[in-house]
Amino acid sequence: MSFLIDYTLHLADSNLILAQRNAEWCGHGPILEQDIAITNISLDLLGQSRNMYQYAATLMGNGATEDTLAYLRTEREFKNCLLVEQPNGDWGQTVLRQFLYSTFQQLLYQQLQKNTDEQLAAIAAKALKEIAYHVRWSSEWVIRLGDGTVESHQRMLHAIDELWRYTGEMFIPADYENSFGVNVTALKDEWMQKVTSVFEEATLPIPEKIFMQTGGKTGVHTEHLGYILTELQYLQRAYPGAEW
Amino acid sequence: MLVQTNKLKATTENVMQVLSAVTDPEIPVLSIIDLGIVRDVIINNDEVEIIITATYSGCPAMDMIAMNIRLAMMENGFSKIKITTALAPAWTTDWMSEDGKRKLKEYGIAAPDKNFNIATDGVECPQCHSTNTKLLSEFGSTACKALYQCNNCREPFDYFKCH
Ligand SMILES: [Zn+2]
Repeated sequence: MSFLIDYTLHLADSNLILAQRNAEWCGHGPILEQDIAITNISLDLLGQSRNMYQYAATLMGNGATEDTLAYLRTEREFKNCLLVEQPNGDWGQTVLRQFLYSTFQQLLYQQLQKNTDEQLAAIAAKALKEIAYHVRWSSEWVIRLGDGTVESHQRMLHAIDELWRYTGEMFIPADYENSFGVNVTALKDEWMQKVTSVFEEATLPIPEKIFMQTGGKTGVHTEHLGYILTELQYLQRAYPGAEW
Repeated sequence: MLVQTNKLKATTENVMQVLSAVTDPEIPVLSIIDLGIVRDVIINNDEVEIIITATYSGCPAMDMIAMNIRLAMMENGFSKIKITTALAPAWTTDWMSEDGKRKLKEYGIAAPDKNFNIATDGVECPQCHSTNTKLLSEFGSTACKALYQCNNCREPFDYFKCH
């Protein structure tokens, strides 16, 4: 039971933190249509995370709600992968982060929808329809910028340099994933194939084997998560129980 | 607040009648029946359970829809109302009624079209019916819509995406 709760929280946290990052673009997107696109994606991720938090809350009981789980847990209790908490950087870095994550999330949820836990399976099946759009949109952007101008290409190389070291963690299972979660190790080859084919079209190189950062799934985060939570949780921390 | 009540008998037919007057707050021309988000009505003596499903996981209209269902039911004299949100099976635009699609078009939104499962250029313009149209963005003013422009009449329009 405890593994199921941790696993559900892990899935919820990754989506919530990426939703929060993408929401930072609200009103700042490069053009109106893309501002709307990134915030739509943010909303999808937020909705998926709410479904997961609501489920985790019912498993936990003791007065837990989706709000207490999102707003009142500390940094060390968050189990999101490191990739999603990385800063937005420029537009290239944001779309690359989305592409790397959405490609993974699609493979993950394709398996999760077959999980013996019916609730997780249902949440995944619904989310997959949304993820298909995220994958297509972010792939198109990676190709457009990678195979764009000298400057956009250069920026994508920089984005890869910033983010690649956080991708390895997604395929290394935490304890709570081992028991009944999706076998993430088995997703790696297909993920790499998909990323490679988009990178090839984008004229971008797949980095050589480099050291991969880990820890997010077990609560050991980069310095960025604390700042994200400070903003995300501010209201409930300053005015406990505030409602409107 | 005094709510005027016209007490209706608890039958599936009567409940559906009430629900057909509850609209999507973001596309007020569509009722929740047209949208296909009412999945079941279960009547247990005088308690009515209404099972709904969300269109998109993050659809912000869902809370308001649930509240509007409750209000509409109360106005019609139902007091024991239970609203349950079901996640499975996942909502699909296949559940949108033909009547709903017609109303959408009249309202100026292109209805979901099987030929455009993936939003691409060529969705029929709801204003002038030209298919010489261009996809501007797969994401529109709400989660369920994509943004288009018609090359013929030059009007921008929304397309309710297949889902
Ligand atoms: Zn037209």
